[in-house]
Amino acid sequence: MDILYLLVPLSVVIVFLIGVVFWMALRSGQFDDLEGPGFKVLLDDDMARPELPKSDANKAEP
Amino acid sequence: MRVRGPRRADNEGNRNNMANNGTYNYTVVRQFAVMTVIWGIVGMLVGVIIAAQFIWPDLTYGVPWLSFGRLRPLHTNAVIFAFGGSALFATSYYVVQRTCNVRLFSDGLAAFTFWGWQLVIVLAAITLPLGITTSKEYAELEWPIDVLITLVWVAYAVVFFGTLWKRKTSHIYVANWFFGGFILTVAILHLVNSAAVPVTFWKSYSAYAGAQDAMVQWWYGHNAVGFFLTAGFLGMMYYFVPKQAGRPIYSYRLSVVHFWALIFTYMWAGPHHLHYTALPDWTQSLGMIFSLILLAPSWGGMINGIMTLSGAWYKLREDPILKFLIVSLSFYGMSTFEGPMMSIKTVNALSHYTDWTIGHVHSGALGWVGMISIGSIYYLLPRLFGQTQMASMRLVTLHFWVATIGIVLYIAAMWIAGVTQGLMWRAVNPDGTLTYTFVESTKASMPFYYIRLLGGTLYLTGMLLMLVNMIKTIAGHKAVDAPIPAITPAHA
Repeated sequence: MDILYLLVPLSVVIVFLIGVVFWMALRSGQFDDLEGPGFKVLLDDDMARPELPKSDANKAEP
Repeated sequence: MRVRGPRRADNEGNRNNMANNGTYNYTVVRQFAVMTVIWGIVGMLVGVIIAAQFIWPDLTYGVPWLSFGRLRPLHTNAVIFAFGGSALFATSYYVVQRTCNVRLFSDGLAAFTFWGWQLVIVLAAITLPLGITTSKEYAELEWPIDVLITLVWVAYAVVFFGTLWKRKTSHIYVANWFFGGFILTVAILHLVNSAAVPVTFWKSYSAYAGAQDAMVQWWYGHNAVGFFLTAGFLGMMYYFVPKQAGRPIYSYRLSVVHFWALIFTYMWAGPHHLHYTALPDWTQSLGMIFSLILLAPSWGGMINGIMTLSGAWYKLREDPILKFLIVSLSFYGMSTFEGPMMSIKTVNALSHYTDWTIGHVHSGALGWVGMISIGSIYYLLPRLFGQTQMASMRLVTLHFWVATIGIVLYIAAMWIAGVTQGLMWRAVNPDGTLTYTFVESTKASMPFYYIRLLGGTLYLTGMLLMLVNMIKTIAGHKAVDAPIPAITPAHA
């Protein structure tokens, strides 16, 4: 099973890299607020407003 | 169906927008969203055909291109990479833009990922029936297509991480972590597993041999399940469940823990696909232990998603999109419980090579991956075409029930068939001879193959209802690219 000499180190390197990314994210304050972001995503109103005639009028304008 | 969507005058929308922030790139989201439905129907139709071949083996008149062995990889590739892949592209592009408050990093590269991915799918649909295959499960495509996949994937990573890089918000919403983890890991998996020595343009040999190849294959195979079919779709879950419910995720803290726990522990679950094979025993046991550990983060995420509705359960009664999303989570919970159980070696001794595995896969695929994608696409379609909701919400409800009944029939049939097969194969007479011949176990499975076909057909019917609804929603309406809202200073 020589392949394990590739897969095991590869996995260890990946886990190490994940650890580094986690550490950097932690240090840069990504996880300082673990309540607000859940609410913030709801504040973004992505509902489409079906005002097609208006946008058509705008399109014809220039 | 307007796949391309009229090239809208983005600049006009731009000028109207008070903040002058421009618009989001909805074009690529629209393209992938529409193709999700189309490829879903294609992939599931092929699935229904091969399910029927279990009952009528001569269904395709012995045409080699349409034989089970060639259609089966076509089915798996179409549902995983064409249907699931398109859903992931559509939702990740939508979510990363909306949560980062910025347009995609590059419209050109985004368009390249769409057309490139469609080309990959078409090439798969041509080469697999022709019998051109590496014979590695879920990685059957030959090396020239693998090269194309690599190019598309690099472009995808550039667009996604580029968008994260130029985000206008300081916090990266948890869904993006899941999408990002999925994109990076799939890149590594694809590169390692697809390493091959080309012989001709359409023939190559794996860089690994024998049991080594099997190990790499299932290291890839199970991580593909973990990152393509789980992490990516969890990204979907963490955005669309709260948005559709109109409530924040039950615990944002838990969602962050969920992400890191999942990606730290997933890598070594693969060997459970190779229990009782030439793989070293300790590797099998390691695979089993990691699979059991995975139960914890999986259920944490499942509970987190479902409990988002805590205090607002009544919404589930009226909202069919929410039904799709929440029921998908219960299937996620079921299959992430079943999976670790099946990875226990003693259980696996019974379940391996039986139809129980097929049932388990479809509980995850139809229940979790399928329903979370369908729910998310129902959420997206009206928003992409300037509507407030799908043309017919009753049709969405009907789709939900048809699909749910289909899944239940499918997985219950496969459980019974699988356990029957496992028990019959291991039954031994007092003198040590086998009690049953193989064909007797096949005969005992036949009634359940009929039920499975019925279940699959119902699920496909649901997708056809979705297609009708999608056409009705799109027809006569313009493709709309939403303006990017100005960030209020308080949140910046």
